[in-house]
Amino acid sequence: MNFDHDTVVGFTKSWGLFYLIAMAVGVLIYVFWPSNLERFHAAKKNILDEDDKPWK
Amino acid sequence: MRVGVLCSTKWGTLDMVAQLTTGERQLAIVVLSLVALLGLAMAAAGRADPIGVHGFIVLAICCGLIFVVLGAYYAPEPSPERLEHYYDDPSKVGIVLTMAWAVVGMFLGVWVASLLAWPDLTFDAAWASFGRLRPAHTSAVIFGFGGNALIATSFHVLQRTSRARLPDQFSPWFVLIGYNLFCVVAATGYFMGVTQSKEYAEPEWYADIWLVVVWVTYFAIYIRTLARRKEPHIYVANWYYMAFILVVAILHIVNNLAVPVSFGHAKSYSVFSGVQDAMVQWWYGHNAVAFFLTAGFLGMMYYYLPKRAGRPIYSYRLSIISFWGITFMYMWAGSHHLLYTALPQWVQTLGMTFSLILLVPSWASAGNALATLNGAWHKVRDDATLRFMMAAAVFYGLTTFEGSFLAIRPVNSLSHYTDWTVGHVHAGALGWVALITFGSIYCIVPWLWKRERMYSARLVEVHFWLAIIGTVIYVFAMWNSGIIQGLMWRTYNENGTLTYSFVESMVAMHPYYIARAFGGLLFLMGAIVGSYNIWMTIRGEAEVAPESADLPEPRLASAPGE
Ligand code: HEM
Repeated sequence: MNFDHDTVVGFTKSWGLFYLIAMAVGVLIYVFWPSNLERFHAAKKNILDEDDKPWK
Repeated sequence: MRVGVLCSTKWGTLDMVAQLTTGERQLAIVVLSLVALLGLAMAAAGRADPIGVHGFIVLAICCGLIFVVLGAYYAPEPSPERLEHYYDDPSKVGIVLTMAWAVVGMFLGVWVASLLAWPDLTFDAAWASFGRLRPAHTSAVIFGFGGNALIATSFHVLQRTSRARLPDQFSPWFVLIGYNLFCVVAATGYFMGVTQSKEYAEPEWYADIWLVVVWVTYFAIYIRTLARRKEPHIYVANWYYMAFILVVAILHIVNNLAVPVSFGHAKSYSVFSGVQDAMVQWWYGHNAVAFFLTAGFLGMMYYYLPKRAGRPIYSYRLSIISFWGITFMYMWAGSHHLLYTALPQWVQTLGMTFSLILLVPSWASAGNALATLNGAWHKVRDDATLRFMMAAAVFYGLTTFEGSFLAIRPVNSLSHYTDWTVGHVHAGALGWVALITFGSIYCIVPWLWKRERMYSARLVEVHFWLAIIGTVIYVFAMWNSGIIQGLMWRTYNENGTLTYSFVESMVAMHPYYIARAFGGLLFLMGAIVGSYNIWMTIRGEAEVAPESADLPEPRLASAPGE
C-alpha cells in the first residue's frame, strides 16, 4: 500500500466515519444499560456528602 | 515576583514546607538545584541571546525557592495525622496565583485594548508594542489565570470525588511551581520579542520541553490518585479534567515539534510548513479552546455547581453523553479557522460540519447545568456565587451557539479577520471561563481556609455585576464593530471597486474600541475587588479549628445571602 494523499483521504473518509459511529453507539449502550442506572444515581448524589476526609 | 507572592502570604510558607517529610524536602532541594543548574547552563550557552536572560530568571527563581525550603528544613517531621486529611496546600497557593495572574493578565488586556484606541500608549518602547503585549495578555489570562485555576481546582475535586489523598506531597508542588515557571518564561520572553509565531503556542522550544515534563507529572498525579481511589465510580468531573490534561499534552507536543537553531539560541523552526503548518496550528488552536478553555472548566462546573446549589446534577447520563460528544467531535472542528484558504475544500467542510454538530453536546452541558438549578432559583437570586456559575452556563450556551454559527462558511466570510471573532472569544473567555472560575473560587476559598463564608458577601455581589456589565459592554462593542468592519470591507460601488478604504474602516472602529477598553476596565476592577475579598477572607480568623474537620459546611451549600 503506498502512503499517498489519496490513500490517507480514503482512509479518513471511510474509517474515520465508522469508528466515530461505533464509539458513539458504544457510549450510548453504556449510558443506557439498565444496571448502570443505579451507579449513576449514586455518583451524582455522593458528591454532595459533607464528609470531607479520605476514606480508609 | 512569584517568590514574593509565596513568601508574604499570611498562612505561612514555612508551615507549608514543614508539612513536607524530610525526604520530600530533600527531593525538593535536589530538583530545584538541578533546575537551577539547567538555568545556569542556559545562561552560559545563551549569553546575550534571550535564552541567556531566561537562564538567569530560572536560576534566580530556583535559588529563591531553595531558600524557602531551607527555611523550614530542620522543622520537625509532619505528624502522620496529616494523612487523615486531603492535601490542599498546593490548591491554596494555586488560587492565590490564579488571582494574581488574573489581575496582571486583565491589566495587560486593558492596556492592549487602549492601544487600539490610542496607539501612542506604546511609548515608543519595543517591549510595549502591540505585538508583544498581546501575547503577554493572552498567555497571562489563558495559561496564568485559567491554567492555575484548573490545576488548583483539579487537585481539590480529584481528592474529594476519589475519597483519596494525593499520592505524595512533592509532585503537586512540582506541577504548580513548574507550571508557573513556564508562564513566567513565556511572558518575559514576549517582552524580549521571543515567539514562534503560533497563536496560543508562542513560547519557544525550551519552554515547551519544560512544559511537557510538568504536564506528564500532572497526568501521573491524576492516574496515581485514581489508582488509590476508595470510591469505585469515577465522577464525571474527573473525566473532563483528565481529557483536558491528556489532550493538551498531545496537542502541545505535536504543534510544537521544532528544530532549534542551536542549544544556545531561543529561535527554532517548526517541522511543519505551508498549509500543513496552518492545519496543525489550528487543530491545536481549536482544541486548546476545547480542552483547555472548555473541558477543564466543565469539570469545575460539574463539581462546584451541584455542590453550591446543594442539588445533584440534573442528568448524570446526559453529562456522560456530552462528555464523549465533546471529546469525539471537537477534534475535527479545527479547520473552521481556515475557511477560504489553501486548505483542501473537503477538510474545510469537515470542520464546518463537525462545528455544527458540536452544538448538541455543548448545549447538553449548558442545559444540564441550568436544569440543575431549576427549582433553586431563589438561591441563584440570593447567592452571587451561584449566580456566577449560572451566568457562566448561559454564556457557555451563547458562545457555543455563536461558534457553530461562525463556522458556517458564508457567515465566516463576513466574520473572519474582524472583531466579531474577538467578540466571540470574549463571550467565551470572560462570560464562560472567567465567571465559572470566580464562582468556583468563591466556593472553594471558605472551604479550604476553613472560614464560615467569604469576608464580604457584598463584594462578591459587586464583583458579579462589574463582571457581567463589563462582559456585556465588551461583547456588544465587538459585535457591532466586527459586523461594520466586515460590511465595509465588502461594500462595492457602481464602478466595482471598494467603497471604503481600510483606513476608513479603522476610523469607524474608534468608538467601539473605547467602549471595549471601558468594558475590560470594569472586568479588571471586578477581579481586583475579588482578589481583595479573597485576601481578607484568608487573613480572617478560622471559624473551626483546623484540625477538627475538613469542611465544607452544609450551611454554606444552602445558606442564601452569601
Ligand atoms: C461549539 C463550540 C464552538 C465553536 C464551533 C466555535 C467556533 C469558532 C469559530 C468559527 C471561530 C472563528 C474562526 C475564524 O474566523 O478565525 C472561533 C474563534 C475562537 N473561539 Fe470559538 N467556538 C466554540 C466555542 C468557544 C468557546 C467555549 C470558547 C472559550 C473561550 C471559544 C474561544 C475562541 C477563541 C479564543 C477564538 C479565536 C481564535 C483566534 O485567535 O483566531 N470558542 N471559534
